[in-house]
Amino acid sequence: MMDTRVTVKTQDGVEGMDANNATEAAPVFRTRDLAVYYGDFRAVRDVDIEIRGQDITAFIGPSGCGKSTVLRCFDRMNDLIPSARVEGTVEYHGIDLYGKDVDAVEVRRRVGMVFQKPNPFPKSIYDNLAFGPRLNGIKKKAELDEIVESSLKRAALWDEVKDRLKASAMGLSGGQQQRLCIARCIAVKPDVILMDEPCSALDPIATARIEDLMQEIKQDFTIIIVTHNMQQAARVSDRTAFFTTEVNPESDRRTGVLVEFDDTQKIFSNPGDDRTEAYVTGRFG
Amino acid sequence: MALATPASHGATTAASLTTQLTGAKRDIRGRAVEAVLLATLALSLLILVALVVNLVQRSWPVLSGRLGDFLSSGLDASNATEAGVWQAIRGTLTLAVIVAIVAFPLGIACAVFLEEYAGKSFFARLIRINVRNLAGVPSIVYGILGLTIFVKFADGITGGRTVISGGLALAVLVLPVVIITASEALRAVPQSIREGAYGVGATKWETVRSHVLPSAAPGILTGTVLALSRAAGEAAPLLLVGGITGLLRTGDQGLWEQITKGGFTSMPVAIFSYARQTGADFQAVTGAASLILLILVILINALAIWLRNRFEKQW
Amino acid sequence: MTTAMSNKWDAGQLRLSSGRRRSDTRMRWVFTAAGVTTLLITLLIIYTLFKDAWSFFWNVPKADLWTIGWFPRRGMYDIKTLFVGTLMVTGVAMLIAVPLGLGVAVYLAEFARPRVRKFLKPIIEVLAGIPSVVIGYFAISFINPNVITWLVGGANKAFNIASAGAAVGILTIPIIASVTEDALRAVPMSLREASFGLGARRVPTTFRVVLPASISGVVAALILGVSRAIGETMVVAIAAGAVGGGLFSTDLFQPGQTMTAAMAALGFGSDQVAGDGLAFQSLFFIGFLLFMMTLVLNVLGDRLVRKVREEY
Repeated sequence: MMDTRVTVKTQDGVEGMDANNATEAAPVFRTRDLAVYYGDFRAVRDVDIEIRGQDITAFIGPSGCGKSTVLRCFDRMNDLIPSARVEGTVEYHGIDLYGKDVDAVEVRRRVGMVFQKPNPFPKSIYDNLAFGPRLNGIKKKAELDEIVESSLKRAALWDEVKDRLKASAMGLSGGQQQRLCIARCIAVKPDVILMDEPCSALDPIATARIEDLMQEIKQDFTIIIVTHNMQQAARVSDRTAFFTTEVNPESDRRTGVLVEFDDTQKIFSNPGDDRTEAYVTGRFG
Repeated sequence: MALATPASHGATTAASLTTQLTGAKRDIRGRAVEAVLLATLALSLLILVALVVNLVQRSWPVLSGRLGDFLSSGLDASNATEAGVWQAIRGTLTLAVIVAIVAFPLGIACAVFLEEYAGKSFFARLIRINVRNLAGVPSIVYGILGLTIFVKFADGITGGRTVISGGLALAVLVLPVVIITASEALRAVPQSIREGAYGVGATKWETVRSHVLPSAAPGILTGTVLALSRAAGEAAPLLLVGGITGLLRTGDQGLWEQITKGGFTSMPVAIFSYARQTGADFQAVTGAASLILLILVILINALAIWLRNRFEKQW
Repeated sequence: MTTAMSNKWDAGQLRLSSGRRRSDTRMRWVFTAAGVTTLLITLLIIYTLFKDAWSFFWNVPKADLWTIGWFPRRGMYDIKTLFVGTLMVTGVAMLIAVPLGLGVAVYLAEFARPRVRKFLKPIIEVLAGIPSVVIGYFAISFINPNVITWLVGGANKAFNIASAGAAVGILTIPIIASVTEDALRAVPMSLREASFGLGARRVPTTFRVVLPASISGVVAALILGVSRAIGETMVVAIAAGAVGGGLFSTDLFQPGQTMTAAMAALGFGSDQVAGDGLAFQSLFFIGFLLFMMTLVLNVLGDRLVRKVREEY
């Protein structure tokens, strides 16, 4: 099959792909030989993965296997850790995410993140949601009101808080706070939403609501979720990546490695690798 | 700057996405704000530098001309060429010893009470609030306390306007500092150490004596050194309690008599005294004395920081 | 001292030796006494101040409290002179200490790299350790000649409120900086991460997320700074002038009289009076007012600091 993709030099001299000629959409993310170091400790190595648009992709695996580390490469949150170093390539819509001129802040506007422990700002619900849009220059009250309402509706939180938008966000329950954080993410209209164990601090009912929410919003956002709850991954995701740790014989330290990445159906019913099978059947982990 | 529509909708080409990702590098407003903040830091440091440079400059005649003489002459506020800081240095050292003898045991004991015995009772909270308030009381109020209690009321014990009264007034002043730093040091001792001692049947006092206090000793030491530094720099209480500012004649008094009956002075008091005199000669004398006191205080603080760093990696 | 082989258990075997118990109880009393001593000190201070302050207030002809100026030797005890003087000095001091103190704290806590911070923080602590007489001397030997009189032509060349206020400001920078920095560092990293995750840069994150979250601490820093500035004695004694009392004045660039300077003058300065006359008692009166003012400020500031600690 002929390769119909054409590389084009733009005005800034950076190579990119002319989407008009692509017959298949470029993957949202593609990594090649991705490795992350903290100092000289290699936390994860040799990750080759492709994330497709409008998929929910799950990263599963035992603790310490680097799933969160890899996730944080996609929005350059690892930049915030002074000793962290990323090697290999990470491409976002075909563009080198760690390219010299790429601004991490712009990346984070497009790649949002929801954290393990809900972290609403100690402000009102309204101000939490309006924070991102205000940063981007939206000042008119009517516009902000509209964004706040639509984001809260999208996050299935509107009915519960519409009468107390000025109340402090800290007064919400854990599950509500996490939905608020998702709404806050949605309010800046990202392209991708990364979720780092978003339900691990929540009770089962709140967890179920968020899983439903993910299914509802997945057509508008590409979602990558890190979870140590296998059943959750099986319920919610379209594709699953299984990571595990390998002991480095020389240094005796564990490095994370990607074992298998496939459709969720296949991973959980007929995995290709023995280690995957051992994990999903509960024999270890 | 409008938000880019999500690329998954296919509306944006990869090229325009690249432009958006790389275009916003020049964050002028952010850089300007950061520069302003850095400027405040620079200005603060500049003030410090100006202070030191000014001191050296003003005191140069004395430093270069008659340093040895300056260090050995007594207090004399009438004659700049005779004025020295010997008595002041001696006074400061004597005061430091008295402060150490009085404030350290009392302050450490109070800290032990708060951290080891009193727990979270109302009484403990009351004392803690009280100590924190005492830490913020203006130093001249301690001078008034010293004047009324140590000089007048207790003059049988202290001898009136003596260095003992001065030392006691300073001890009360730095007591809160000792208590607060010692409390922090005690709080930092892991509970497991206490539990280990109780586990083999030690009483509370035995635990404190043989396990907790030794562990907290470095932190407590740092705190006491900082308290000394604070005491060395205070003038207001001493002036109210009888610190001499004019001429200090010790005559033929023996050391013990000087301490219990004689007048006294200290470095900050001497500086205050010299600062009030007019004329460039006295400016030089004041500057020289200030420089010596500043060096003394910085050395003591440096010692405290060094102690803190040396013992910080205990655990 | 129990025989391990004994099969009989009686309560006596579980009792502590009397010597150890006595010593433990004794030491408990020693430590409790130490704790009580601090309360005693506060009570003594209040008693000492109040006794003569009350006597003064009771005996002074009330008209003398609201007159043209503060001249204790001549029986004029105009309080507003001292209040306004203190206010002016504190105002100038805060004008310098607030921007510099906050700026230093925000920069060190949010922008400086760890190595830079480690290097610069001790230097700010040095500023905190400078004795006030040295700063007072700095005021008359440098600030006044080079800064104040250079800026304002008509300023008094020897002493004035402005140079004293500037010097007090320098002394106040460290306390504002350290309390603010503690408050900023108490804000958990997760809030900053949330902000960065939404695509915010450092400046908006600092000013729109971190500072608002630590506002109680910042207010506490300001309150404690004011308390420090109000209570500063030696700087104003050296640099503010006002020998032999002071007329009521609102001129920043002339000599002035503050509460602490008045106390200094009464205690060891130009107004030094012996004996127990009204003039001497005025020292206690001012002292009592000063103590009450700083007490209120310190308790308030302390409450706010604890509020920050409890929130996170």
